[in-house]
Amino acid sequence: MEPLPALATATPLLVAAAISALNMLLRGQRRVLDAAAVLTATAVAVMLAVITARTAHGDAVYWFAGFRPSHGIAIGIDFAAGPLSAGLAGLAAVLVTAAMIFSWRYFEQVATYYHVLMLTFLAGMVGFCLTGDIFDLFVWFELMGVSAYALTAYRPEERGSLQGALNFAITNSVGAYLSLSGIAIIYGRTGALNMAQIGTAIARSGPDRLVVAAFVLIITGFLIKGAIVPFHFWLADAHAVAPTPVCVLLSGVMVELGLYGIARVYWSMFGYSLGHRTVITGCFLALGLLTAVVGALFCFRERHLKRLLAFSTISHAGMFLTGIALLTPLGLAGAAVYVAGHALVKAALFLCVGVVLHRLGSVNETWLHGRGRRLRVTGVVFTLAGLGLADVPPFALFLGKGWIEESGSSRGLAWLTAVLVICSVLVGGAVLRVAGGVFYGLGDPPSEDPQMAVEASEETSETDEGKQRTPLSMIVPAAVLGAAGLVAGLLPGIGPAIQAAAVRFQDQAAYNATVLSGAHVAHPSALFAPGPTGITAAGLATGLSSVAGALVLAFVALYWQRLPLLRRGFEPGTGLVRAIRRFQSGVVNDYVTWIVIGVACVGGTLAFSIR
Amino acid sequence: MQFFPFVVVAWIVAAGLYGMVTSRHLVHQIVCLIVVQSSTYVLLLGVGYKRGAAAPYFSDIPVHTPAVDPVVQALALTDVVVEAAVTALLLAFAIQAHKRFGTLDPHELVQFKG
Repeated sequence: MEPLPALATATPLLVAAAISALNMLLRGQRRVLDAAAVLTATAVAVMLAVITARTAHGDAVYWFAGFRPSHGIAIGIDFAAGPLSAGLAGLAAVLVTAAMIFSWRYFEQVATYYHVLMLTFLAGMVGFCLTGDIFDLFVWFELMGVSAYALTAYRPEERGSLQGALNFAITNSVGAYLSLSGIAIIYGRTGALNMAQIGTAIARSGPDRLVVAAFVLIITGFLIKGAIVPFHFWLADAHAVAPTPVCVLLSGVMVELGLYGIARVYWSMFGYSLGHRTVITGCFLALGLLTAVVGALFCFRERHLKRLLAFSTISHAGMFLTGIALLTPLGLAGAAVYVAGHALVKAALFLCVGVVLHRLGSVNETWLHGRGRRLRVTGVVFTLAGLGLADVPPFALFLGKGWIEESGSSRGLAWLTAVLVICSVLVGGAVLRVAGGVFYGLGDPPSEDPQMAVEASEETSETDEGKQRTPLSMIVPAAVLGAAGLVAGLLPGIGPAIQAAAVRFQDQAAYNATVLSGAHVAHPSALFAPGPTGITAAGLATGLSSVAGALVLAFVALYWQRLPLLRRGFEPGTGLVRAIRRFQSGVVNDYVTWIVIGVACVGGTLAFSIR
Repeated sequence: MQFFPFVVVAWIVAAGLYGMVTSRHLVHQIVCLIVVQSSTYVLLLGVGYKRGAAAPYFSDIPVHTPAVDPVVQALALTDVVVEAAVTALLLAFAIQAHKRFGTLDPHELVQFKG
């Protein structure tokens, strides 16, 4: 058990190194490469499942080379694995496994560096989740970043591919350097790099300007990775162009890791010192809700299937941040279950889009209208996953979102439910509109998006056109992941277990004691009382009304042109869309400007209100 | 004079970000990103600096001599390695952009917007 967390990052790195070293030998051996990657990812997933199960009653701390802390001072570097962090890393490993199985038949030809990059990406994500050292957090962040930039530009012969990868790499690098500046400041303030030791050091004194500045700078990098408005612009550009198996990882787990980073640094270092003030809840809640609404509006207007799913990820990232912002155990537990359910369902949706691209050679909703009737299984999986995204009970998303709303009510924010339901209706409605139009030919095709005419022709090169059958290795992962999203919500005892894990995650004193002195804290204390995790009648009603709303919206969108009393060709919100489209300019210069504005706003708010 | 390195850090960050926002040439923009990153070297070394202290090599000086912080130097070194990887990748993208589309202007590379 002891070295298992280290093994979970070392294994993919070693296999990646071996594949690179044996590049000449393995060049034509596609099966060997695929099998090696799938087996490695599966092995990592199993290791992390074991860690998750074994850490339910206390974090497992592993000190590299046995350099244990003495008298509360960390000398070495540690991995501190808890159920939430190991569970999230395990989710990443599951998605990598599914993506590698899908790639088997998806790419006609594939270079060895594809496998190498996927494995280093996995190692980066796992290390980011497990590490207990703030500088290591930055290094793992960069490792997963660089792998993801290279994978996004996997087909550099396309203009969009280069644009997406450049925007992704430049914005995320700026964020990483701002994070590093924050790390340098907190190191200057405390003389420590171990998160538990920093937390202990700054907990003694109140928050000063340096601590607030370090906090804002460190979370900036994570807000950019987490695609929170106004730091979100890169995401849609990158997701629209990355190969489908890579999209699964970017949307399913990498964005969520950014938000995990915020939760990790907050509850291991800054929370106690900043005093869990209302302004922190207010600031993150404002960012989260703004992101949820903006993402949902963009999502509904989109005609490019991958971009549509990308904007839905932005909207969901906002909802996750809302759950974290409440600072309650139930809110964090809700966000955790929501992340898991969303990852599985969103991965299934992306894989279905991959099948559509493989069989029909397009991701243009207008062109595809009614042409997906032959893809019966894909249609069913896509529709069910779309319903899951609209929070249909008993998907894990319904459970997680219900807890976030419940927790909001307990903190006197009952209106939160209304905002979150509207976002779910918009996102679910958009996905169900695609399902009804593409796979069942309902209603009229949506109006042609002028941009899509160019894009549709370029997209085909990802895979050869006109395949007659859908290979099992492509549709089975999608179906299994979608089903897992459903089953995750039905697991008995999941509620109390995850909430207990959230309480432990939020108890900074327990974390610090476990890491620095090896103390086992049997009963972590909770700042806010844990809430009920059962399914209430009100929660069920909210979930069902959001599904009903999404279905109605999807049908209205499909039959819009045939509705009586309407001017022909009238589309609501066109002016608004044109206005907000100007912000998403596709030029990285503008995105950097928005980062500067965002940092100034967040930093200004926190610096003036925390003294 | 204690604050001087940190004023320099703020200046370098501001100059780099200004360059990134206004640049119309990818290579120039990537170099501006490196400028932003260089601010972290100055910040790290400024944090670990101690007036009148020796370099932290104790082979030829007494063990209790005051020395500057060796940890920040290790961090700066790691930072350099990370920067090399990111810059190499970004410049490779820029080369691809020039080779395939004959442009290095970020505005001309735009395919997706809105």
